Amino acid sequence: MKIHEYQAKELFAKYDIPIPRGKVAFSVEEAKTIPVEMGVYPVVVKAQIHAGGRGKGGGVKLAATATEVEEAAGSILGMNLVTHQTGPEGKKVRKLLIEEGLEIEKELYLSLLPDRATATVVVMASEAGGMDIEEVAASTPERIVKVHVDPLLGFQAYHARQLAFGLNLEPELVKLFVPMIARLYKLFCDYDCSLVEINPLVTTKDKKIIALDAKVNFDDNALFRHKEIPLYRDLDEEEPLEVEASNYNLNYIKMDGNIGNMVNGAGLAMATMDIIKLAGAEPANFLDVGGGASAEMVENGFRIILSDPNVKGVFINIFGGILRCDVLAQGVVEAAKKVEVRVPLVVRMEGTNVEQGREILKESGLNMTVAENLKDAAQKVAAVAKGE
Amino acid sequence: MSIWVDQDTKLVVQGITGREGQFHARQCIAYGSKVVAGVTPGKAGQKMDEVPVFSTVKDAVKETGANCSMIFVPPPFAADAILESIDAEVPLVVAITEGIPVLDMMKVKTVLGRSASRLIGPNCPGIITPDQCKVGIMPGPIHMSGPIGVVSRSGTLTYEVVHQLTVQGIGQTTCIGIGGDPVNGTNFIDCLQAFQDDPATKGIVMVGEIGGSAEEEAAQFITEKVSKPVVGFIAGLTAPPGRRMGHAGAIISGSSGTAQAKIDAMKRAGVTVVENLGQLGEICKEAFEQVL
Repeated sequence: MKIHEYQAKELFAKYDIPIPRGKVAFSVEEAKTIPVEMGVYPVVVKAQIHAGGRGKGGGVKLAATATEVEEAAGSILGMNLVTHQTGPEGKKVRKLLIEEGLEIEKELYLSLLPDRATATVVVMASEAGGMDIEEVAASTPERIVKVHVDPLLGFQAYHARQLAFGLNLEPELVKLFVPMIARLYKLFCDYDCSLVEINPLVTTKDKKIIALDAKVNFDDNALFRHKEIPLYRDLDEEEPLEVEASNYNLNYIKMDGNIGNMVNGAGLAMATMDIIKLAGAEPANFLDVGGGASAEMVENGFRIILSDPNVKGVFINIFGGILRCDVLAQGVVEAAKKVEVRVPLVVRMEGTNVEQGREILKESGLNMTVAENLKDAAQKVAAVAKGE
Repeated sequence: MSIWVDQDTKLVVQGITGREGQFHARQCIAYGSKVVAGVTPGKAGQKMDEVPVFSTVKDAVKETGANCSMIFVPPPFAADAILESIDAEVPLVVAITEGIPVLDMMKVKTVLGRSASRLIGPNCPGIITPDQCKVGIMPGPIHMSGPIGVVSRSGTLTYEVVHQLTVQGIGQTTCIGIGGDPVNGTNFIDCLQAFQDDPATKGIVMVGEIGGSAEEEAAQFITEKVSKPVVGFIAGLTAPPGRRMGHAGAIISGSSGTAQAKIDAMKRAGVTVVENLGQLGEICKEAFEQVL
């Protein structure tokens, strides 16, 4: 789960991670009052969306006067911000973060994330702050310092020192950095984060270390033990169909193609999308109805897929294992009748009682092509895509 | 021959009185697996059908000699259940549960490394040696005994692969789902090593997906250590970056973990890579012709 920068900074404040003074604004009027309240100019006006690269896209502006704040807020609020992470369609800006401007000396990079290969939390720091860390890793890997933290031992002082000296911090800044990074590690573990990234972490002319940016993501699997975190969820940042699907407990991701698909199991669902592509079409979505795939799930799945106006055909690919194909076929037929599927349907079903299942599908009277196997299904999907 | 499970496997089911645990314990028994015990804290002395239930794994192992545990405990308690099995020195622990927090699994993985136990999963369908022993939720009848080892990160995709093999008349020594989570117990390399060492296994099918670098590492291992023919498939060529494709571990982060990079690595390792899943069975028939 992702949250906004201003929300991440709320968490930082709880853990005494220094952040610039600032406040979130939902209107230009509010934006104007914040510097007055804080008694500070210049301020930075920052678009709040769930994507990075906001500065380059024109979503971050410096403002030295009330008029400039009004102009900056007016131009950013409501804009469709396009960054390398939003895709070409961009994201509408609905919130701003107004923060005091700082006299920056140096920009650093800092992040914590689970490392799959070593099954540890890795803390990464670099003097190359403010840049895309993937680029730094590719071009100048020696500029990244990494420490791996044993999950049973936890974060140690020597980890902090390795990072601090790796960043070439001045002695007085080392003293600030060491306890700060320990608190950040604690935050990471306390909330089951899947990413904490500060880019840039800055040192200021008055010798402070401040998190100028803040990105925090959470492990969805751990939300059950953090009841307060889902309150941070911003549905405006999510694709409406995906929000609806999640209400039905369906795993749905919207894509740009025109062949909808419904599959049981995530791996088979990905493979099915790939088959659609190989058949010369583009998948409209990823949809995993789960290993079980009940009639209700299938019905809701149809509803979600068909809400996408781009969908010109639907491919259902189910491997019935423990769940028998005849039961499943009955569910598909009932669901298709209820939802009134108006586009061509290709169904491929395999597994236990598959013959009875196919019989039920064929006798349903629905506009449905029943495929014999996966290869056959791909050809039938290709035909649908071509409008044959 | 087979790897890790066979007719001597004695199974204890953790969470046997829950809905899933009970259903799948019965399915395993019906397949012929020897389910000797169940564990549900506080329910010692009860029975699930004919299977005695214990309150702790230690008691179950002591009383029944169970040498493999299968875990259906819900996510908040699943890491603890795995640790309990490791503590009871169960040699093989198979965790079916999906949705265990990553930080929990990191602790489990660290403890696992200091133990003699092997963990398969979590978030996996389990492991099966056809006609001998099924430990997991896979449909038994699609499997057939034979000379090919199967290892996969997925569930239903594995069933698809196994089904296509069986339709082609290609049987399996053992099929293992290693799970779709970012941190798991047994990895591709462990399975490849075991299949390489198993004289009954003549060829290997490896099914990967986007996310992480396990397939690339496996490809390197194949180059160095595997002499048996390998057929590979990678799911997720069309998956968009930055999105979790169902499995917690199936995510392209930045430019790493893409299907294309994995396919390329496998091809370099001499693996026969199947591009269209629909053709997997036929391609296996060809690729394994020499060894079948």
